[in-house]
Amino acid sequence: MEILRVEGVNKSFGGLRALNNVNFAVEEGAVHAIIGPNGAGKSTFLNCLIGRLVPDTGTVMFGDISLTGMKPYEINQAGVSRVFQTPEIFAELTLLENVMIPTMAKRDGKFALHAFKRLDQDAEIVDGAMQMLEEVGLEQKRNVVAGSLSRGDKRRLELAMCLSQDPKLLLLDEPTAGMSRADTNNTIDLLQRISGRGITKVVIEHDMHVVFSLAEKVTVLAQGAIIAEGKPEDIKGDPRVQEAYLGGAHL
Amino acid sequence: MVLKNSSPTSDLIFFAVFAVAVLTMPVWLEPIGAGYPDLLQKFAIYGLFATGFNLLFGLTGYLSFGHAAFLGVGSYTAVWTFKLLGMNPIPAVIMAIITSGIFALLIGYVSLRRSGIYFSILTLAFAQMSYNLAYSVLTPITNGETGLRVLRSDPRLFDGAGEAQGPLLANLFGFEMTGYAGFYFCAVVLLIGFFIAQRIFRSPFGIMLRAVKTNQNRMTYTGLNPRPYTLAAFVISGMYAGLAGALLCITDPLAGAERMQWTASGEVVLMTILGGAGTLLGPILGAALIKYFENIFSAFNEQTLHEIFGFLPDFLEYPVVSVSSLFVGEGWHLTLGVLFMIIVIFLPGGLMEGVSRITRLFRRKPQKSEPSRATAPAE
Amino acid sequence: MDVILLQLLNGLDKGGAYALIALGLTLIFGTLGVVNFAHGALFMLGAFCAVSFHEILNIEMVAIDPEKTTAWGTPLEIRTPYVETYLGDFGHWMLNYSVPVSILLAIPVMLLVGFVMERGLIKHFYNRPHADQILVTFGLAIVLQEIIKTVFGANPIPQTAPQTVRGAADIGAALGFDPGVIVYPYWRMVYLGFAAAVIGAVFAFLKFTTFGMVVRAGMADRDTVGLLGINIERRFTIVFAIAAVVAGLAGVMYTPILPPDYHMGMDFLVLSFVVVVVGGMGSLPGAVAAGFLLGILQSFASMNEVKAILPGIDQIIIYLVAVVILLVRPRGLLGRKGVMES
Repeated sequence: MEILRVEGVNKSFGGLRALNNVNFAVEEGAVHAIIGPNGAGKSTFLNCLIGRLVPDTGTVMFGDISLTGMKPYEINQAGVSRVFQTPEIFAELTLLENVMIPTMAKRDGKFALHAFKRLDQDAEIVDGAMQMLEEVGLEQKRNVVAGSLSRGDKRRLELAMCLSQDPKLLLLDEPTAGMSRADTNNTIDLLQRISGRGITKVVIEHDMHVVFSLAEKVTVLAQGAIIAEGKPEDIKGDPRVQEAYLGGAHL
Repeated sequence: MVLKNSSPTSDLIFFAVFAVAVLTMPVWLEPIGAGYPDLLQKFAIYGLFATGFNLLFGLTGYLSFGHAAFLGVGSYTAVWTFKLLGMNPIPAVIMAIITSGIFALLIGYVSLRRSGIYFSILTLAFAQMSYNLAYSVLTPITNGETGLRVLRSDPRLFDGAGEAQGPLLANLFGFEMTGYAGFYFCAVVLLIGFFIAQRIFRSPFGIMLRAVKTNQNRMTYTGLNPRPYTLAAFVISGMYAGLAGALLCITDPLAGAERMQWTASGEVVLMTILGGAGTLLGPILGAALIKYFENIFSAFNEQTLHEIFGFLPDFLEYPVVSVSSLFVGEGWHLTLGVLFMIIVIFLPGGLMEGVSRITRLFRRKPQKSEPSRATAPAE
Repeated sequence: MDVILLQLLNGLDKGGAYALIALGLTLIFGTLGVVNFAHGALFMLGAFCAVSFHEILNIEMVAIDPEKTTAWGTPLEIRTPYVETYLGDFGHWMLNYSVPVSILLAIPVMLLVGFVMERGLIKHFYNRPHADQILVTFGLAIVLQEIIKTVFGANPIPQTAPQTVRGAADIGAALGFDPGVIVYPYWRMVYLGFAAAVIGAVFAFLKFTTFGMVVRAGMADRDTVGLLGINIERRFTIVFAIAAVVAGLAGVMYTPILPPDYHMGMDFLVLSFVVVVVGGMGSLPGAVAAGFLLGILQSFASMNEVKAILPGIDQIIIYLVAVVILLVRPRGLLGRKGVMES
């Protein structure tokens, strides 16, 4: 069954055509990678999925729900979470607080006025958040202010925040960019570990090592259009893909 | 942070200590010349005002430059309640909270559609509108420049005007709300307000407000709509301001439009910043300090300065006195402006940050082992 | 028709002042990225340059006429300003023209004030949040106005326009309306012309000089200009000083229209901010257009016919326009898309 179906999506910025008639579908439970040279429109594509951008034309269906025109928080409430290229975390709050917020959002919805309850007395939220921190190995730092973390730890924190919502679909925008080899491998391990939960994942990645160790299906995007799609091993040998990458590199 | 160094017990102790400190102010403020009721009332009232302002600015980071409008609305409502219902302060307080809440809901609903400097300008525009209207066409309600006061001819439904011959002062079951009775009434209201603020700080709602300040993007991509949270904070904070406005009229039943001017909005910003935005105690401390120094400094004149600097040799005494006389008496606002700048430039976290910096300085040695856990590995 | 024309004219001179202040505000915001709440204080300082100039000129020599006495029997004092004693007719002319001549004093003073302010304070706030910028400049505005209050007192100090332009012109009669309907003071015409000239000069400076080109480029894209290796810092200082001079001159020439007092700056600041927002943050033509537009709107709103329908509208019209603009078109009338829209 398809969990995400994108049809005929176009997006232009002024004269620049960032997405050109993109058709894209993800099977439920799959790990689907999107690759492509810089400026291919990968991040624009994700932005269209989460409501940060509204496509000029086309539809985005998430299960039976049409995501086009929905507000970002509504899309998230429907079950789509995203890890950003530059981690979007609550830099002034502690790690525990960072994870408690999505845990509460999952339980209470988009708005709830609990002004008198003590947060630290809410065992369900505290335990849930702690568990999630343990899962990504950050429980030692639960009282550290998130802004002081290393980039790799920020990523892991953001991942924990997304996972604590139990999303149906998780979008990962270059989850290992700028990481050392060891950190990258840790992240791969982590992503493989959580795949047991049956979360569908769409991963944008530059690092082919990551793509090939995670993805079941790969879509190649170049200049806003899909130029190839298939199993990782097929994509590897596709001449169009090599041309797009090498051409991009030379230009 | 919220959870790290607070527990229900520690909060309760903190509140108890604070309550004792507030209620015994007449005693321990005596030696520095602040132990008289008029000033103590101001401490409590402006402390409450700043506490409410801090719930918005300190937690969400939205800088409102129009909070004085709510203070004014609260004041007018309180006086009207006196005029119509009678001199009991309780209905006045309740009515003031309700009206200022509605007022804040309307203004907040519009203003919060923008953030940053635009939000500040929108709130400023609304406050100026209210101020201008209070002075002009709303004169039947506000009594314009003269200010609104209770008259003998007012209906006063419950305590029978006309017959009652007593002075026109707020009166809580026989206790006139002036002097120490007035102070204790304000102090109790302040304590209630502080208690609520403390609960909000520790609550899920409080952490959502801090999330708004830190990263609204992440909030929306976490399925949360920031606007109702900020609007709720805005309304609560407007209610605090309205309550403070009502207290001003309870201790002195006169409401004037100048209370709504934007310089008054600036004053509450200064109080909050001076004490430390985002801390519980800071705004109250800031409010008390400003009201204290306003009182002390504006009462100074050259004579008192000569007495203070009398120990200096004459050739020094005169220049010192003439320079410092610029900052006292009429020139008190100059001191205020300079203070404002110094705080923003050198101590953006306010006095509370200063205090914690100093304590950290003293504690540095014993803590040596701990930071290794707290500091992050290099990137 | 004649009434409308009259209100139009009445709105223009106030609009000129708004436009001049807003022009500087938006110039500073666009290039330096700083929200300057002390800009009204600069307007006020300019006005007090005119006041001080007049007071300096007016230092009088007191002589006693030994032969005459006053009605009270005291010796008659003859007071003559020193400038008249030493410079004769020229001195007399200077006194008469003290307001326009004080521009010569105001330009260097405002340049210096702008320079000191930027180097001493604003510079350190480029990378601080807008809230901090608002707060520190707000503090500075209080300090400046309190200093003026200590020196000049709290009461307004009326200034007079030169004798030749002191009257009013019956424009209506000249245009074929009944005489006495559209009477417009000469000085307001002078102010209008002056405002137009200053605005023209600023635009010409930005348009035709290399310096101005860099400033405009900086307003369009700050980061890139920084990368070009251009010494941005020095230009910031100059831009700030220019904005200070513009605000100051607006204040100097406004003194015959509104007797200056220490808090005139605050009153104008709030309105000028609204003007900037309506015109579009960082848009110079927007600031000018919105300045005149709001001045005229305000003058129409204070017509009795309008007030009869909407009581109190004259008090709030400007703020109301700002609220509507911010909600409907947050970038302002002529603002660029995407600038400060959120």
